[in-house]
Amino acid sequence: MSQNAIRFEHVDVIFGQNAPRAVSMLDQGQGRDAILDKTGCLVAVHDASVFVNEGEILVLMGLSGSGKSSLLRCVNGLNTVTRGKVIVHDGNREVDVARCEPETLRRLRRNRISMVFQQFGLMPWLTVRDNIGFGLDVRGMDRAERDRIVEEKIKLVRLDKFADKFSHELSGGMQQRVGLARAFATEADILLMDEPFSALDPLIREHLQDELIELQQKLKKTIVFVSHDLDEALKIGSRIAIMESGRVVQFGVPEEIILNPVNDYVRQFVASMNPLTVLKGGTLMRPVADLAREPGGTTIQLDRAGKCRCQLDARGKPVNLIVNGKPGEMVPYATDLDLAKLPDHAMVCGTDRTPMRAAVTVRSQTKRPLVLLGDDGELLGVVGEHEIYRGMLRQSEYARVNGAQPM
Amino acid sequence: MEGLEQVITQHKIEIGRGAKVVVDWLTSNFEWLFDGITYGLRVPIEGTVDLLLAIPSLAFVGICAAIAFLLQRSWKLVAFVILGLLLILNLGLWKDMVETVVLILYATFVSLSIGIPIGIICSRRPWLYRLLSPILDMMQTIPTFVYLVPTLIFFGLGLVPGIIATVIFAVPAPIRLTYLGISQVPTALVEAGESFGCTRWQLLWRVKLPAALPTIMAGVNQCIMLSLSMVVIAALVGAGGLGRPVVRSLGQANVPLGVESGLAIVIVAIILDRLLKRRATQRAGAGQV
Repeated sequence: MSQNAIRFEHVDVIFGQNAPRAVSMLDQGQGRDAILDKTGCLVAVHDASVFVNEGEILVLMGLSGSGKSSLLRCVNGLNTVTRGKVIVHDGNREVDVARCEPETLRRLRRNRISMVFQQFGLMPWLTVRDNIGFGLDVRGMDRAERDRIVEEKIKLVRLDKFADKFSHELSGGMQQRVGLARAFATEADILLMDEPFSALDPLIREHLQDELIELQQKLKKTIVFVSHDLDEALKIGSRIAIMESGRVVQFGVPEEIILNPVNDYVRQFVASMNPLTVLKGGTLMRPVADLAREPGGTTIQLDRAGKCRCQLDARGKPVNLIVNGKPGEMVPYATDLDLAKLPDHAMVCGTDRTPMRAAVTVRSQTKRPLVLLGDDGELLGVVGEHEIYRGMLRQSEYARVNGAQPM
Repeated sequence: MEGLEQVITQHKIEIGRGAKVVVDWLTSNFEWLFDGITYGLRVPIEGTVDLLLAIPSLAFVGICAAIAFLLQRSWKLVAFVILGLLLILNLGLWKDMVETVVLILYATFVSLSIGIPIGIICSRRPWLYRLLSPILDMMQTIPTFVYLVPTLIFFGLGLVPGIIATVIFAVPAPIRLTYLGISQVPTALVEAGESFGCTRWQLLWRVKLPAALPTIMAGVNQCIMLSLSMVVIAALVGAGGLGRPVVRSLGQANVPLGVESGLAIVIVAIILDRLLKRRATQRAGAGQV
């Protein structure tokens, strides 16, 4: 699984007539503005080296004009790579998209890479059904097979009732779901998403992000996602590359970006993020090793007051849970869980990906911490009052450094 | 100064004679081609006229009304078609009307089959369009009578020179609007097409042409209207149709005939225009992408 699906190696993208001169000026260490003045060429991306493994989501993040879209569009050849390599893993060989034959590129576009656009890019004269089938029709797939796949994808994005509508009859969120289904329909394992949710209003955007995460758990695509929103990047990204003026300034997993921003540019992004949705239980928690244990005993205290206690079995699963003096019960966290109706011997459990917002809600409604369990049910740690405060303080720390208002 | 003026006036550049030499050369060397075109156009046109005249006129009115309803779903238009055609029948201009409609249909068909492909080629090669643009302007501004003379020499009297003159006048519309429509296709759609692996042909057929269709259809409509405006000119070279009574009324200062045939041309124009307009519901969607 951990094979590079796409690898960018020292990619330069330069727009304009006089690219060779611009390249040599770049090598002399001249800046973008000087190059634009002298040659009329725009250096969109300079020396970008990042990668994404199969089944992961890479988010290219930055302000507008930072080159994130330009870099993304190299993968399917919508932009031409001026220098460097864009290696796409294709079956058991590797293809350099920057230098491959037009037929190879077309084959990749038809079978291996599909794309979702910011402005949806739906054909206004086609119905939802035919838009979704577009990539299959281009491929020349036979009718029955195509109809079967289209039907399946329409259900996947829950637009079955709108199959015969035209795109202008749908809301923005629905149009982008059509865009997603169209991209899924070709069964390509690489999905390029160019600010797919930016044109939508915030509520719909969150909703579609959740849907994408849910779909991704089922489909396990390799996704390169462009975003200007760190909250979005942290929420969906397995890896994040932060870009500034055409360069990748930081490339790493979300925790690394939050904990060790490399410069002020990144720090500003971090300062303006929303910790409630961005910080995950795994980052916040007090790990099981740091939890208080009863002297000489095997019993672990899950909260400070020691009202919630448990023991661990051989595989680290919590057993013999005692809450408020009664045998306790674990209730998995869900957004629609009615916390007020929980009995007072119940504890809510989540995973290391449960957002801080959930921990805050659980804590304030039940007065007990959120318990985090691993994939096999083993105890990872807890998120209580102190962990929540710590998360928020870290946030305000960044805000203070940058002179911004604490959130 | 006077000397210079003399030099200029006394050494006339022989543009006209040059043109005549070209025309003569074409006539003597390409007679077979012009005869071929004349024959190739006359036979189907006359056949179509005979065919349409063989239909009883009331049945013809009914068929037109049915087409109007199928295309536009509008009872108002159906009523107009029926009343308008019955009026033309009543005025005794039925045969002329049929001839005019056939003339327009063939002229439009020829214009479109030349114009749309040229428009498509232009959209791929903008330099070609820059080259063609002044020529297209010229085709629409040169007084028709000027090119009517060589057309007559090449094709003789009758329907065919009428159609050729009409095509020269009408073909710039589909060229321009096809070019415009395709160059205005949103980049987002073209990129969506490319990103799913369209070949150049697929991009044209699956993305660009359908996206440009509203504009191209506007070109078709314009083309028909321009052809209609050539009806009278075409009648001058013996093309027949509703232009003939107009020309005759001009020669005889015949006011009643002039008014009646003019009215018939207007009715045909309105019917054709309304038939080919995009339906209101379709238009609502066309603006958005």
